[in-house]
Amino acid sequence: MTKHIDSLSFNLPIDNVDTDQIIPAQFLTTTERRGLGQYCFYHWRQEPAANDERLFSGFDPARHRILVAGANFGCGSSREHAPWALLDMGFRAVISTRIADIFRSNALKNGLLPVVLDAEAVDFLLQHGQTALSIDIAARTVDIPGYRTVSFPLDAFSAYCLIEGIDTLDFLLSKQDLITRFEAR
Amino acid sequence: MSGQSLFEKIWQRHLVSAETPQAPAVLYIDLHLLHEVTSPQAFAELERRGLAVRRPDRCLATIDHSTPTLPAGSDGRLPYVSAEAEAQVETLYQNCRAHNIRLCGWGDPHRGIVHVIGPELGATRPGMTIVCGDSHTSTHGAFGALAFGIGTTEVGHVLATQCLLQRKPGTMRIDIDGDLPAGVGAKDVILHIIGAIGVDGGTGKVIEYAGSAVRNMSMEARMTLCNMSIECGARAGMVAPDEVTFDYLKGRPLAPGGDAWDQYLLEWKALHSDSDASFDEVVCINAADIQPTVTYGTHPGMTVAVRDSVPAANGNASDAKALKYMGVEGGQAMQDMPVDVVFIGSCTNGRISDLRQAASVLKNRRIKPGTRTLIVPGSEQVKRQAEAEGLDRIFIQAGAEWREPGCSMCIAMNGDLAAAGERVVSTSNRNFEGRQGRGARTMLASPLTAAACAVSGRISDPRQFLDSDDD
Repeated sequence: MTKHIDSLSFNLPIDNVDTDQIIPAQFLTTTERRGLGQYCFYHWRQEPAANDERLFSGFDPARHRILVAGANFGCGSSREHAPWALLDMGFRAVISTRIADIFRSNALKNGLLPVVLDAEAVDFLLQHGQTALSIDIAARTVDIPGYRTVSFPLDAFSAYCLIEGIDTLDFLLSKQDLITRFEAR
Repeated sequence: MSGQSLFEKIWQRHLVSAETPQAPAVLYIDLHLLHEVTSPQAFAELERRGLAVRRPDRCLATIDHSTPTLPAGSDGRLPYVSAEAEAQVETLYQNCRAHNIRLCGWGDPHRGIVHVIGPELGATRPGMTIVCGDSHTSTHGAFGALAFGIGTTEVGHVLATQCLLQRKPGTMRIDIDGDLPAGVGAKDVILHIIGAIGVDGGTGKVIEYAGSAVRNMSMEARMTLCNMSIECGARAGMVAPDEVTFDYLKGRPLAPGGDAWDQYLLEWKALHSDSDASFDEVVCINAADIQPTVTYGTHPGMTVAVRDSVPAANGNASDAKALKYMGVEGGQAMQDMPVDVVFIGSCTNGRISDLRQAASVLKNRRIKPGTRTLIVPGSEQVKRQAEAEGLDRIFIQAGAEWREPGCSMCIAMNGDLAAAGERVVSTSNRNFEGRQGRGARTMLASPLTAAACAVSGRISDPRQFLDSDDD
């Protein structure tokens, strides 16, 4: 299935990007998973930021599939609409120095790769504009041209599920005998 | 070998299978709370696969996020913000009917915010594992439960298997010792903590709150404390159960009764961290240092004492962006900033003790004209209790709006929101950009501080409004 993600990076040099920015609550009345990309970063794609530049001017969903953000990406709510929206907007991976727990869990279940790199590597990316990156999921490495190839943490189970396209609910359902025994204790 | 922490005891008891380097643990879930926003896609996935809900008896559902807080109009129709919001609520009705899940819907005396009604009903108990598709599930940790928020895919996992795949998180203990000053409550404590350890200071960890100040807190104060654990990134927050916990639970509709109560009590009394338990990190907070605290920026770690000034951004672009959004400048005094809207409610501060605190300030006072004040009880039960005590009349006479229970302006997806540029003092849990309406500027505060701001129409220290007998 998916072993590599090769794409230009897109920079969002903001710390603590929360899930309310990724998908504002007004769009959570949906009962669907699909179609949320148009609302992803809804306010930031429409309003000038502090530096009076639009944060997403220059974004091209056909070319930018790796988002590079400041520290603590995905903090806030448990809404899975956040990774649904990012995927629908075109992203396949998010790079930050720290990624919030629930967002990370939700992202992995939908095939959006959370990549945690050290501050030096993320700073390099944020200072160099869009960069042609090559992510090797099995090797857990990102090749950053002009910098070096860096490793990121990813547990064996998550890597296996991503690469093989394993559905985690199927895995849990295979444990039903154990669950029944636990309930009988 | 060192002893076990409270978290480790609950974790161990719920392992269907332990984690290995190759696979995560399978963790059994005792109680699954559901609401309309994060469940429809999970039920749809079950239907697509032809799966049943494994344990409907371990599920409890309510409607709170998308629900209007104004009563039905003369035509009998509820004023939903959109047809989509109404359809979302109807979808939960259909799913609960189809799967035989108890739903506290319209007209149910126990309807309310999911994290208010679980404890109220006695569904939340010490030692349980509790999940919900909602990050503020950490609230239930106040009872010595392991309670955390999950995404919609995991809601489906729990519906189908009553289990989750989990990697064991790290641990952190936060000791809060000493006496809190008058006018300082659990909300000030948790805002102070998030400011101290940072908005990601708890990432990857479960926090246990300990120390004399926590022991001296009521159950409702402990819920406020645990509620915002997610705002420093923590997986969960918890407090070891004690007599305060047991007194709160005894006699609740879903709490065990009779002989079963005594059995549970024996078990619950063993639910505390062993004296030699080790934690990955320990933080000590002196209760006496905590002041009435508010946020000045766009995440809950940007906190400051009400009497202090806005800290400078010091060249940090994200902080500078936050200050610009909030319309404040480094060095500006917090007090006397004008306030347009006050919101008192939410799963953080929408319980009866919160409303009593607000009423203690608003009683026999008038809200500053031009400062719109919305007071939203956390549940039907809180609403009934408040009205029985006459708190609603105090609020209305002061000039506030007294609404129907729900999440309301905390998440602002039901139509209750502020306008761009308006400054909102809110007892809720998130001050993110646009959280309470596009361009709205949220400052998080305690119910006492929020009520004080309503009266003065400006950011205010609540201690000037405290009667000496309220100390």
